[in-house]
Amino acid sequence: MAPRKTERILNLTICLLVSGRYLPKSRIREAVEGYHNLSDAAFERTFERDKDELRSLGVPIEVGSFDPLFDDEPGYRILSSEFALPAIDLDAEEAAVVGVAARVWRHASMAESTRSAIAKLRAAGVEPDASQLASLEPSVQASEPGFEVLWNAVLDRARVSFTYRDGSPRTLEAWGLTSFKGRWYVIGRDVDRAATRMFKLSRMTDLPRRVSRAGSYEVPADLDLRRLARSLAPREPTETAVLAIRAGKAPALARRGEPTTSDVKLPAGFAVYAVGFGDLHSAAEEITQYAADVVVLEPAELRELVVRGLTAVAESVAAA
Amino acid sequence: MTSRAQVRRLLSLVPYLREHDGVAMTDVAAAFGINVRTLREDLSVLWMCGMPGLTPGDLIDIDMDAVDGEGVIHLSNADYLTRPLRLSADEALALVLALRTLREIAGPGKREAVDRALKKLEAAAGNLPATDQATVAVTAARDDIQARVNDGLQRRKRLDLTYDVASRAETTRRMVDPLRVFVLDGYGYLEAWCYNAGGLRTFRLDRIAGIEVTAIDAAMHEVELKDLSTGWFEALKDAPLVTLELQPSATWIAEYYPTEAITTRPDGGLIVSLHVTDPAWLRSLLLRLQGGARVLSPPGAGDSAAEAAQEALDQYAVLLGAAAR
Repeated sequence: MAPRKTERILNLTICLLVSGRYLPKSRIREAVEGYHNLSDAAFERTFERDKDELRSLGVPIEVGSFDPLFDDEPGYRILSSEFALPAIDLDAEEAAVVGVAARVWRHASMAESTRSAIAKLRAAGVEPDASQLASLEPSVQASEPGFEVLWNAVLDRARVSFTYRDGSPRTLEAWGLTSFKGRWYVIGRDVDRAATRMFKLSRMTDLPRRVSRAGSYEVPADLDLRRLARSLAPREPTETAVLAIRAGKAPALARRGEPTTSDVKLPAGFAVYAVGFGDLHSAAEEITQYAADVVVLEPAELRELVVRGLTAVAESVAAA
Repeated sequence: MTSRAQVRRLLSLVPYLREHDGVAMTDVAAAFGINVRTLREDLSVLWMCGMPGLTPGDLIDIDMDAVDGEGVIHLSNADYLTRPLRLSADEALALVLALRTLREIAGPGKREAVDRALKKLEAAAGNLPATDQATVAVTAARDDIQARVNDGLQRRKRLDLTYDVASRAETTRRMVDPLRVFVLDGYGYLEAWCYNAGGLRTFRLDRIAGIEVTAIDAAMHEVELKDLSTGWFEALKDAPLVTLELQPSATWIAEYYPTEAITTRPDGGLIVSLHVTDPAWLRSLLLRLQGGARVLSPPGAGDSAAEAAQEALDQYAVLLGAAAR
């Protein structure tokens, strides 16, 4: 029965759009054929659902009084100035990048939202053409099961509850979502802890559920999601390590460093670099992976962590 | 198909068809990302819609003979739907995020076009909640490198690449014919025909240390590019499985790498199986985890990591004496 429903909802839209003034429910019931063979109760239910569906698509249905003398029955209208997409004029290059954007999302409902946005742009006269940028293929994945619920919660400002990996139940006013290294994080106010928190979606152990109406909270006006997201990135270097690196090895480390010298007598083929690091443990993990190709000369505490790590690897297999 | 998606599409289809009188069914279907049968169903729904009253003169008029005959669409009598509906919050944000992701690999020239498009879209989206409510971080190349990659790609020129191979911790120099730049799971990649390897190879953009665009035209290569919709998993599925026992401190790898099977241990640790294409990658992972992972199977898969660790320890002992232990 989907075509009949589509037909009814489209006729309702046209009816409210052309009337120009507030129409009472009784008039709408007469005007829209899809409401004709319904009982009073069924009509009320159907009309409410249709209205909700249109609003969820962003159709601005206004409620007001259709007649100042009889204000007991509310009326409904859609102003075409509120309904219509404002004029948008993209040049060929801009239209081409929009065409590439059409194929970015690897998530069914996000791809559908993008497709629908681009259909509107086409209807407004934009002709996206991605053929000249065919060799660029950006993609965004969202494989976490909770993504869609959280995305809609952010858009609707509806509270959500979920269980986090440590077993704790959480209720969150979600402000925004951010993807870092291909993994999604949600940021918001943890209601029970009354504090700003960030959660990794893949560490939620159940599906988030909505626990409030839409519009239940305000997102802080000064929210800077990009700044919060940057806290996920490695810390800026604050300290310097002196490393001996075998020629041609560990290029990522050598390139970050500045050549320097050391009193330690090194085997042939090693060069000494001063390399900045932010976090001692992360630096130790990174350096340990290069095994004998990188020698930590300073600081001693970094060297100890690396030596301890190497010892654990050497023993973990020997013990097996 | 849900009625919601259909309503949303029809509200765009009507103004589109008004603007493109006589357009071919196949072109419309392609533009809207649907098949021709769905479009035909859309038209038969539209045909039943119109102004209140619903006498034939009030209905949207579609020349169904032309639709079923020549396969072209003439639509009229819909003067109340001349403009598409404004962008909803989900549409605007999905499109903005897609454009921002493209921006990260677009290179300096195209980036300006992306910025202009973003500005116009945000203006047209108007009174929506800030489009800053979602962000996607992409690790890509430095601007100068990105510009040369895209230049070589667009002019189809062979590239002289200096590339850091992470798993071997070595820098390599190679000649490649660029085929595509893509983003997957937050990283930008160059996919190219590599003359040194004699095959299709994928290079992480942030590990390209240097690049020159040569004067040589790129050759044609009969290769199938990676299917991005399956992520890395598809490419890995034929590689041998390695089973690791992870201490709680090392469990993050189960989230970062595609794993086949995961069992939780009482202490919070995990037992995971993952596909390993390159033994050097496993060696560097085991070293990086500093003993937080132990190889359960196949036997001997962890030996090279243990040997490398022992070699490094011996070197420390020689260089720095007892002070290092």
